[in-house]
Amino acid sequence: MSVVIFTLLRLAPGDIVDILFSTAGYVSQDEKTAIMKELGIDRPYWVQYLDWLRQILTGDLGKSYRYDQPAWQIIRPLVPVTLELAALSTLFAVLIGVPTGVISAVRQDTTLDYLLRVFSLAGLSMPAFWLGMVIILGLVTWFAWIPPLSYVSPFQDAKLHAVQFLLPSLAVGYRSSALIMRITRSSLLEVMREDYIRTAWAKGQTGRVVIWRHALKNAMLPVVTVIGIEFAFLIGGLVVTETVFNLPGVARFLVQAILWRDYPIVQNLVMFIAIVVILSNLLVDMLYGVLDPRVRYGG
Amino acid sequence: MRFVRKKPLGAAGGFLMLLMLLTALFAEVLQTHDPIATDATATLASVSAEHWLGTDHLGRDIYSRIVHGARVSLVVGVASTLLGSVLGGIIGLLSGYIGGTTDLVTQRVLDILQGLPLLVLALVMSAALGPAVHNVIVAISIPIIPRAARVIRSSVLSIREMQYIEAARALGVRHLRIAFRHILPNTIGPFIVLCTAQLGSAILVEATLSFLGLGVPEPYPSWGRMLSVSAAEYAQKAPHLVMFPGIAISLAVFGSNLLGDALRDTLDPRLRGS
Repeated sequence: MSVVIFTLLRLAPGDIVDILFSTAGYVSQDEKTAIMKELGIDRPYWVQYLDWLRQILTGDLGKSYRYDQPAWQIIRPLVPVTLELAALSTLFAVLIGVPTGVISAVRQDTTLDYLLRVFSLAGLSMPAFWLGMVIILGLVTWFAWIPPLSYVSPFQDAKLHAVQFLLPSLAVGYRSSALIMRITRSSLLEVMREDYIRTAWAKGQTGRVVIWRHALKNAMLPVVTVIGIEFAFLIGGLVVTETVFNLPGVARFLVQAILWRDYPIVQNLVMFIAIVVILSNLLVDMLYGVLDPRVRYGG
Repeated sequence: MRFVRKKPLGAAGGFLMLLMLLTALFAEVLQTHDPIATDATATLASVSAEHWLGTDHLGRDIYSRIVHGARVSLVVGVASTLLGSVLGGIIGLLSGYIGGTTDLVTQRVLDILQGLPLLVLALVMSAALGPAVHNVIVAISIPIIPRAARVIRSSVLSIREMQYIEAARALGVRHLRIAFRHILPNTIGPFIVLCTAQLGSAILVEATLSFLGLGVPEPYPSWGRMLSVSAAEYAQKAPHLVMFPGIAISLAVFGSNLLGDALRDTLDPRLRGS
């Protein structure tokens, strides 16, 4: 993993020194070499790579080339913003995706089913950043109100903070709900054909109990898997959404760091994202045992 | 015709894709203005008979730019999808056919690549390669490789055990020939499904990269970049700057998603009815 990230970054033409000086006009070669030496990027790649590995293992995330600060100090305040956005978006995705999926499955092949499927596929097709822009534009046009342009902390103004986070999460959540909706639909359709569901109907249970209590419980397993996978997509979606809504999160910062070729920051952020994705997949695996006693591990 | 009746949504998707293809092919015929010509006398013009979809902050005709943008989107989308799918397909074919340690190692490497969000990977790649059309194509194709390899590998695994493969081996046919002549053609169904499904996300990633300034460079009119340069600043004065390119992207991706779904249902019997 780390090798891949490291190599990809070093492929880039141009480096931080060129970018730092591009605004300063002419700079002598001597000065450039001195700075490269100070930043440690004059050394062979493999030395830089081993150095980075050692830093990760010791919990030291290196220094940002651009800000001249330890990378971790810059990243840390950004993490809660992104986690809050990701959590809210996932919540919206589930709140939109599961009910529409259930309705669509129950009313299979009716007009309502088609409408809901088109609705969810439309969500999958719209770029998240565009949806965000349209939401902002709508607010401005109809309510003559612009969401705050800079980050509002929940301790300053809890209500404004909530509004500021709800809108982007809704944009990202709608997009993610599409996949959840489709999986809920197909998984529920499959479960509904099982014998025990027929038994439940035969017992004279009402439709609501059969669907929500008996069927959905077993249909949730693939849905949970998808929510785990969605998490990776979601972070991708946040990259642009944070940019559009101007929220100081990890994802927006990643874009800036890439543009600056600030290797320590980019390396660590990408590594961080990869770890979050792996952890979320692990969490999903562990949830299986809770949801379905049949796959509980080792007794 | 049966396809149209049985899969109305798929047919609608096919129609949208056909429309996009025709627009891309005949962009010069369909344009009303030069897509890159600026006009200082008509900046941020609203929708009118002269400028069907208005103009941007440099007075460039939005309609003509969208028409030409279809070409950029389609070329980048199709090229990166094909590149990624073919490379991934070959990796999947060999990995599945050879099996053993090769397969194991390949799968772990692909796991790593797939652990990263598609957009993050494409973002890092396109930044690493620099802004140019062919670099954007490569950057978008890389995240597609592991997906394609997975799909092709799983279908190779089942084909490999078929009797006609055993027969070919008994006749003394060489391994490479078996892999490419006897197995490959039978993976074409899943391959087509894979390509249409990935096309939508490739178009979307292109738009996003261009929006962030890491995609297709000037002077090519790209839908994604049309949203970034102009939209943010002038959105209030000229909402059409935001609306039309976004609608174009959404329709293109929507079309390929619909078509991909319908093709999957038709060509992949395992998923039929689900």
